[in-house]
Amino acid sequence: MEPVETTTISPTPSPPAVAARPLAAVRRFAGRWGLIAALAALPIYYGITDLTNGYQAGVVAGHAVIHHDLAKLGVNFATGLSNGAIWALIAIGYTLVYGIIELINFAHGDVFMIGSFTSVGLWAVLGLGLTTGALGLIGGLIVTLIIAMIVTGSLNVLIERVAYRPLRSAPKLAALITAVGFSFILQNVGLLWRGGSPQSVPDLIRAQQPVFTIAGVPILRGYILVFAVMIPLVFALTWFINRTRAGRAMRATAQDPEAARLMGINVNATISLTFLLGGMLAGAAGLVYALYETNIWYFQGFKAGLIAFTAAVMGGIGNVRGAVLGGLIIGVIQALTDSRLGPQWTEAVVFGYLIAIMVLRPRGLLGEETREAG
Amino acid sequence: MSELRAQLREWRKAVEKRLPPWSSRAMAVSLIAIGIVLPFLFSPSSAFMNATIIAVAYAVMSLGLNVVVGFAGLLDLGYVAFYALGAYSLGWLGSGFFFKAQVHVGVSPVASTLPGVHLNFILILIAAALICAGAGVVIGLPTLRLRGDYIAIVTLAFGEIIAVVAVNGQSVPVGGGMTLTAGNLGISAVDAPYFPGIGSFNLLNLRPWYWLIFAILLVVLFVNLRLRDSRLGRAWIALREDEVAAVSMGIPLVRTKLLAYSIGAAFGGMAGAFFGAYYTTVNATQFQFGFSIFILAMVIIGGLGSIWGAVVGGLALGYINNYLIPDVLNNLPSKFGFNFQLTSVEFGIFGFLLVIMMVLRPQGLIPERRRRLELTAGIAAEDAQLVETQGPAGGPT
Repeated sequence: MEPVETTTISPTPSPPAVAARPLAAVRRFAGRWGLIAALAALPIYYGITDLTNGYQAGVVAGHAVIHHDLAKLGVNFATGLSNGAIWALIAIGYTLVYGIIELINFAHGDVFMIGSFTSVGLWAVLGLGLTTGALGLIGGLIVTLIIAMIVTGSLNVLIERVAYRPLRSAPKLAALITAVGFSFILQNVGLLWRGGSPQSVPDLIRAQQPVFTIAGVPILRGYILVFAVMIPLVFALTWFINRTRAGRAMRATAQDPEAARLMGINVNATISLTFLLGGMLAGAAGLVYALYETNIWYFQGFKAGLIAFTAAVMGGIGNVRGAVLGGLIIGVIQALTDSRLGPQWTEAVVFGYLIAIMVLRPRGLLGEETREAG
Repeated sequence: MSELRAQLREWRKAVEKRLPPWSSRAMAVSLIAIGIVLPFLFSPSSAFMNATIIAVAYAVMSLGLNVVVGFAGLLDLGYVAFYALGAYSLGWLGSGFFFKAQVHVGVSPVASTLPGVHLNFILILIAAALICAGAGVVIGLPTLRLRGDYIAIVTLAFGEIIAVVAVNGQSVPVGGGMTLTAGNLGISAVDAPYFPGIGSFNLLNLRPWYWLIFAILLVVLFVNLRLRDSRLGRAWIALREDEVAAVSMGIPLVRTKLLAYSIGAAFGGMAGAFFGAYYTTVNATQFQFGFSIFILAMVIIGGLGSIWGAVVGGLALGYINNYLIPDVLNNLPSKFGFNFQLTSVEFGIFGFLLVIMMVLRPQGLIPERRRRLELTAGIAAEDAQLVETQGPAGGPT
């Protein structure tokens, strides 16, 4: 956790030595604690106002019921964490791809959208509906999950093959622009597929039904589903990256593609594998999103992509644990602003945080320094 | 293919050698003359005239973004922010939106009796340029320590924040019962440009609008050409090519980058103010992320860093977007039995163009000479040329 200034060749011409000392100290301090302080500010502020001023928990016989406890904050956290788990799955895709070829895969959010659309399409094919029995539902959803993951994984590999690989030696701007181009193409595929307005889909698992209550916070079925999908996938992924031969090849390629090639690693296949893994997680996120939010939209991928990218940057791009952490944090920030400021401001707050991260700590919470963010 | 290209290049060189020295100046004068008389060839309120006006305004925006992305190499994905701020400058300073104020400077007799802030269009244009230049500095500041993709993300975030503020601005009070923006309802009934002796512009006769935006284009074009060859322009290119080397050669990084952002933004603001007046409303729904990409596509398709490329890219996409797709080809899918209109997938078409352009011709339609060298450094024709001039050991570096 060395401060940025001392370890990289800073492109900024250093100011005169006398003025530099206190300024550098301030910057070092801000770099270490600024982001953490900014992240903790929202929950602490709302926690204190809930306890001191109270909040309206409901209306009984025409009178507002004011509570002075942390249950509302708890509900915000529960919603936020389960939303965040979906962002985490998408953010891993960004972080893997960025880690290995230093490209922001703008089309990734739209791959997630295609995952949602494929899943909903498969429900109709498999005949899953509100009347399906529990066993059939679980079996059908597992089949849907597997097929959706295969579809989005292959789609991501295809995008890499068509749009990014021919440009690997071109300036990085070129690949970024084709990524944006592909994002628009996929959005329009979604638009033609299911029309331009959000569509509600059958609430197969009755996501809003509470299962049990912890300290006044109802735990909904949706929350359990999200974590039941996210946690095993993340563990499987970390196992794959850390324990298998292919995973080692991925880490080697991320470190130095040239050296990896000299060691006999098939770099192109490894990069394809990375896109496959990222796409599969996005597909899983797509199914979970459709089950949890019970509506899908061609534009969902764009928003989710930006949020998930913010999460990946916040956690430290290139770092899988960081992406999960960042996803969960962004989810909580979103839930807090949704319920306190109003959902119309959420996007601005999330992007405000993104800029704050870039200013205070470009390498993110757990990340290492990169050439770009020095 | 490469032989053909080399042949063409030789012919071009031969032709250029025979031309008299004043030929490029004559060409410029005749192009401007064609631009001026163009509206007389079409009916004053035709769809083509409308498309031309929008296309020229896009070319102005494209020139502005080209300063940031093309010259300075700072990928800006939030350029729509300056469109929004320019349009809101017009909405704020040229309409009855701030109904408590009574300010009238050089406006038509009708507008000078109305409440609100009413300034002459030229003043609004200058104000829009200044406001956007300021906003450009604000957006540039956090990106100073960053490079490449990270800059793209910060600018994107700024663009989205401005869009969100534009939509929700109707719930942001600025005092006296007035709000910051009118959100998705739009600030409408903005003043039409008025010039003493000419009168107010109206939408039945589009010719004055065309001449106005054409004049703006000429000014922006002139500034761009002068900037490119100036000390500042060379500093931008040096920063784009190698930041560390440029800084160690004494180029002031902060000032150079911020100037790129603010100058690029000022041009976008001018075009934005024009669009506000031309569309007669300033509506928050116009300011979508897709528009940033649309402008970026113009710069890329024209050729990054190339001034004439930016103009051609802006005009080409302007005509495709406002004439070819809605008026000429819109019913094409239904002829093949598909049940959709081409206008609904226009961004998909631009996305496709971007991918194709990047994969097949990354240097754009009219590439900047310096960038063409970079991108085609591996191509045989260039290699052969280099081998001829530098001997077998000399490679492109």
